[in-house]
Amino acid sequence: MSAALYVRRRRRNAFVIGLAVAATTLGILWLALILFALLRNGIAALGPDLFLRMTPPPGSKGGLLNAIAGSLVLTLVGTAAGAPAGILAGTFLAEYGRGSRLAAVLRFLNDILLSAPSIIIGLFIYAVMVLPMGHFSAWAGAAALAIITIPVVLRTTEDMLGLVPAALREAAAALGAPRWKVIVIVAYRAALQGMVTGVMLAVARIAGETAPLLFTVLNNQFWSTDMNAPMANLPVVIFQFALSPYADWQRLAWGGALLITATILLLNIAAHLIAARSSSSR
Amino acid sequence: MTAAILPALRKPRLGRFGDPAFRALTSAFALLVLVILGGIVAALARGALPALAKFGLPFLASAAWNPVKENFGAAAPIYGTLVTSAIAMLVAIPLAFGIALFITELCPAWLKRPLGTMIELLAAIPSIIYGIWGLFVFAPFLQAHLEPAIIASLGALPGIGALFAGPPLGIGLLTAGLILAIMVLPFITAVMRDVFATVPAILRESAYGIGATTFEVVWRVVLPYTRTGVLGGIMLGLGRALGETMAVTFVIGNAHRIQASLLQPGTTISAALANEFTEAVGDIYTSSLIALGLILFIITAIVLALAKLMLIRLEARAGA
Repeated sequence: MSAALYVRRRRRNAFVIGLAVAATTLGILWLALILFALLRNGIAALGPDLFLRMTPPPGSKGGLLNAIAGSLVLTLVGTAAGAPAGILAGTFLAEYGRGSRLAAVLRFLNDILLSAPSIIIGLFIYAVMVLPMGHFSAWAGAAALAIITIPVVLRTTEDMLGLVPAALREAAAALGAPRWKVIVIVAYRAALQGMVTGVMLAVARIAGETAPLLFTVLNNQFWSTDMNAPMANLPVVIFQFALSPYADWQRLAWGGALLITATILLLNIAAHLIAARSSSSR
Repeated sequence: MTAAILPALRKPRLGRFGDPAFRALTSAFALLVLVILGGIVAALARGALPALAKFGLPFLASAAWNPVKENFGAAAPIYGTLVTSAIAMLVAIPLAFGIALFITELCPAWLKRPLGTMIELLAAIPSIIYGIWGLFVFAPFLQAHLEPAIIASLGALPGIGALFAGPPLGIGLLTAGLILAIMVLPFITAVMRDVFATVPAILRESAYGIGATTFEVVWRVVLPYTRTGVLGGIMLGLGRALGETMAVTFVIGNAHRIQASLLQPGTTISAALANEFTEAVGDIYTSSLIALGLILFIITAIVLALAKLMLIRLEARAGA
């Protein structure tokens, strides 16, 4: 082996390693830059007013109370409708469909639904709910969020049920339990932490979704608890206020952005901690 | 445990019907996935019908977008979608490869978990946050620093100079592509890291054992072994980039034009939908927008299906 070749290989290796380290640094830097901008611009908007006042007309003081409440309602209803559906569907794939052709096809389609552009989901709900009803409504927005929840929860439920040891199921079956009781009483209990993690990640995903809300729930400048009418919500308020020319509105948009991001990151970190605890306890 | 389970087992309240009933219930919800996907295609196709009937196939090639004369074409949004996604892929793929290489081959064990979490956090940030950041922080930065430099250097070259012509606006195709690159980076990185980890240790160790450098191990052993998986991850990222809406809407400029320069405003399918759909007046206008949605859904579904097939192929081999 010639010395020149050796030096050249070493140099190329050092070069590529340098690029890899640089890429990683850049990735971390990007996350830090975004969080920093959010904190710097968002904290200026934080204050009691943000949580106690309604979205204002341009030029007057106000907060995001109606938008925060609307987002909570939409996320809650969306999760309440989507999560059980996802859990039951995931149960079928993991427990009854294992190895079957139908399950393989459904799993494939679910992955496509999981990554489908969320604005398409909004368009779909517009066509099947908003048009027939004749008006935008919070129900339509919650339905769009539910459709986004289903594939996320389905996937984690199936994965988590797949990790439950067969011996547990066999033991329950040997005691004479019918299959559905084995699933509900034994498998669900064993996979509970993972399933909760999946639901939390789904909540984190839909809490910030904007595109599917644009043509379904629209927005509302006022307080509303009517599920049959447009309802204020954080993502759409951020969208409208950020693109407006008014400094007050832009400031509120940053405040809302900080709130949403903090909520979502906390949910994600909590989900990771739960997942880490359940994997270390086994 | 036993006290809780045994009485429940002893009472056959639902008798023999419990099992078929539960099975039917779960299978109904599993089939819901099929119903939703079918419903999406049917609803979009029905909504797109008036526009497709009026304009026919030239709809795909026409760059017209005139709400007053009700003359619409999909070429400009399709062009913008493809160009921004291409920029995103050009930037994100090498970065993702570098990060995945760092995590799997170089990084000390204690750093692996925090780095993985950080990538997942980057993926969890909703797209509207990237949008507001792009509009108020990233675009002004590009306008003040990067774009003037690009125009002065690359813009002066013959040929490719046309790609970088015009004033530095800050918003436009290039900005949207770069924001998309940041957004799809975590998805591609996560897949690459996972498929790199499927390489049998014996292959990697044999290569190191005969004196290969880290780069040679990754380039000649890991990458050939995981080729389909890596491609699957890239396609997954591409699927995301094509359909991404809010982040792009903020920084693309929303102009239905096809221009050579990447520094000028354009539009994408999703941005056109987000901007115009609720304000569209008239059946043909709405229908044209839904037709755009249908085109987007078909493109992303094909890309995602290919991604899935590649990843399944790698899984099947890793399992065998």
